[in-house]
Amino acid sequence: MNTLVYDGSFEGLLTAVFEIYERKLYPVKLLKGEWRSCALFEEVIPIVTDEARAGRVLKGLRKKLSAAGVQRLYISHMAEIAGEDCNVLGFIRHVFDSDQNIEEDYGNRYVMRLSEILKMVRREKHRMEAFVRFQKLNDGTFYAAIEPDFNVLPLLIKHFKSRYTDQKWMIYDIKRNYGLYYDLHDTQFIEMNFDELSKPVNVIAAYSEDEGVYQDLWKNYFNSINIASRKNTRLHVRHIPRRYWRHLTEKI
Amino acid sequence: MNVGRITEKLNILADAAKYDVSCASSGSNRKNKDKGLGNASNGICHSYTEDGRCVSLLKILLTNHCIFDCAYCVSRKNNDIKRAAFTVQEVVDLTINFYRRNYIEGLFLSSGIFKNADYTMERLVHVAKKLRTEHNFNGYIHLKSIPGVSAELMQEAGLYADRLSVNLEMPTEAGLKLLAPDKNRQDMIDPMHFLSREIIRNTEEKKLFKNAPMFAPAGQSTQVIVGATPESDQQVLQSANYFYRNFNLKRVYYSGYVPVLADRRLPALNTAVPLVRENRLYQADWLMRFYGFHVNEIVNNQNPLLDLDIDPKLSWAIRNMQAFPVDINKADLQLILRVPGIGLLSAQKIVAARKFAGLGWEQLKKIGVAINRARYFITCKSNEFERRDLTGQNIKQFIMAQSQSKYIKNTQTQLNLF
Ligand code: SF4
Repeated sequence: MNTLVYDGSFEGLLTAVFEIYERKLYPVKLLKGEWRSCALFEEVIPIVTDEARAGRVLKGLRKKLSAAGVQRLYISHMAEIAGEDCNVLGFIRHVFDSDQNIEEDYGNRYVMRLSEILKMVRREKHRMEAFVRFQKLNDGTFYAAIEPDFNVLPLLIKHFKSRYTDQKWMIYDIKRNYGLYYDLHDTQFIEMNFDELSKPVNVIAAYSEDEGVYQDLWKNYFNSINIASRKNTRLHVRHIPRRYWRHLTEKI
Repeated sequence: MNVGRITEKLNILADAAKYDVSCASSGSNRKNKDKGLGNASNGICHSYTEDGRCVSLLKILLTNHCIFDCAYCVSRKNNDIKRAAFTVQEVVDLTINFYRRNYIEGLFLSSGIFKNADYTMERLVHVAKKLRTEHNFNGYIHLKSIPGVSAELMQEAGLYADRLSVNLEMPTEAGLKLLAPDKNRQDMIDPMHFLSREIIRNTEEKKLFKNAPMFAPAGQSTQVIVGATPESDQQVLQSANYFYRNFNLKRVYYSGYVPVLADRRLPALNTAVPLVRENRLYQADWLMRFYGFHVNEIVNNQNPLLDLDIDPKLSWAIRNMQAFPVDINKADLQLILRVPGIGLLSAQKIVAARKFAGLGWEQLKKIGVAINRARYFITCKSNEFERRDLTGQNIKQFIMAQSQSKYIKNTQTQLNLF
C-alpha cells in the first residue's frame, strides 16, 4: 500500500492519477493535506500539483467520457465529502482501464458510488436554492448565511444569478468562510472578516427598516397555511431536517 | 403600510386558500428579461408546512367575500366568518417582497366571487398585469379562473399568467349539483375548452414565430375534492383521464375533503380526512401519466376502489401474475416499469447498466430497486429467484407482513411508495 498526499485540488488529484500510472503505484491510499506533517509518522509520497501532468490526464478523461461525465466527476470531487477520494480515484481508474465509455456502468461499484455522491450533492444544491433566506440590509443588499453539508456554493451561481438580477445579493457559507457576491453586474467569491460587523449594534443597524415587517408577515403566512388536523411531524422533518432550521425565517 | 391590518388580512386570506392543494410552480419557462426580477422554470419548494405539504407559492385569496354558497367551502356566503379583501397593490407588494427574499417562486391567486365572475376576474388579472408590466416580474403566476368568466378576460389572463386553472370541484356533475347548487358544470368546462384551444394555438404559433407572446406557458390544471360525495375511485380516475385526454391538462389535483362545516349533505365534522385514499389516487394518476398504464387497468367494474393496503401498482401486479416474472436483463423498459418496487429512475438505470454486464441482486439493490417487493416479480443474473408457485394473495400477505409497520406509518407520507 502506497500513501499519496496531495493538496486537495482537482489538478492535484489528476497529478496523483498521473503518478499512479507512471510509477505503477497500486494499491494506493490518497490523503488530502500537508505532506510534511504526515511525513513525521508515516511513509508517504508527496504529490506536487503539476498543471502539465494534470492537463494530460484531463485530456485522457475527455476522450473517454462525455463532457457531462467530466463535469460530474469534477463536481463529485469539489463537494469535498470526507472519505470519498478513494472512490473518485477508483472511478478514474475504471475509466482508463476500460475500452468503452463506462459512465452508465451502474453495476460497477465506483460508477454507482459516483452517481450516489452526485445525487447527494444535487440534493444539497437544491436545498440551498430553496432554503436561502435573504435579509435586506440598509444599503439594499440582500444577504443570506448558509451552512451546507457539502461545498455547493459554486454550484449556486447559475440559479441565483439568473433569478435575482436587479438586486445586489450575497450568499455566505459560514462553515467554509467564503461567500458569493453579486453587484448587479457579475458574481465574485469573497471572504469577510465578521469581527467588526458582528457587534450587536452593527447588526441591528445593518438591516433595512421594513426587513422585520416582511419576516413577520412571512411567519404569519407560514402558520396560517398549516392544516392542524393533518399534522405529520415525521414528514415535515424529512423534508426540512432540523439542521437547516436556524437559517429559516419561518422556523426561528 | 398599516402592518397590523395587512397581517390580519394575510392570516384570513391565506387560511381560506389553503385547502386548494395545487402548489406546483414548475412547467413554465419564463426567462428573466431586461434585468428584471425573477424567472420561472423548475418549481422549488421553499418550505414545508407542519403537515408536510410543499410551500412554493404565496397562495392567497384576493377576497373571501362570496355570493355563492358551496357546501364544502369555508368562504360560502352563509358561513359566519371574518371577511377581508386585499387591494391589488397589497398583493403586488407582498409578492415582490416575499420573492426578493427567496421565500417563494411566485403567486397563486384565487378569490371568492364579489358581485359577479367578470368583476372579480378583472381584479385578479390586474394583479398579474401590474406584476408583469410595472415591476418586470418574471416569477411564477398561477391565476384561478372564476366559473362563468368571459373569454376576453381568460384571454388577457393567459398573457400574464404561467398557469390558469378552473376547478371542477366535484368529480361528477351530480356531486356538483348536490353541493354547489349555484355552480353550473358548463361554466367550468367552457373556459377549460377555451384554454385548451388557446394553449394549443399558441404552441403552434411559437413554433413559427419565436417572438409570439406567451400564453399560459405552464398550461392548465384542475382540482377535484374527494370524499365529500360518494363517487368511487373508478369514477374519479375516469373523469381525470377524460380531462387529461380532452383538455390537455397538465395536472389533476385530488384534494381529500377536510370537514370544516356541518351540513346534512356532507360527511360529519369529525370524519377523518381520507389521506390514504388521496395518496392512492395520486399514485394511480402517476401510473397513468408516467408508467404507461391505462385507467382501466387500475380501476374497473370488478375493482372500482383502490386498495388502501397496498399501492395501485402492486395491486395491479398481483391481479396479473401471468405477466411475471420479468427478466431484468432482457425485458423492455415498458415492462420493467410495471414491476412493483422499481421506479422510473431505477428502470432507466437498469436498461442503461445491463448493456455492460448482466445485473444480479446486489447491483439491483444498489441501483435503488426495492428488492423485498420486486423479488416476487423478476429474475436476474442469479440462480436465486422465487421458485414457489405463489398466488397474488400470498405475495400481498408476504409483502405486507414484511413491511407492516412501514406501510402503516407511510400511508401518511406522499407519493414515493413505488
Ligand atoms: S364560489 Fe368558490 S369561494 Fe365561493 S363558496 Fe363556492 S367554492 Fe367557495
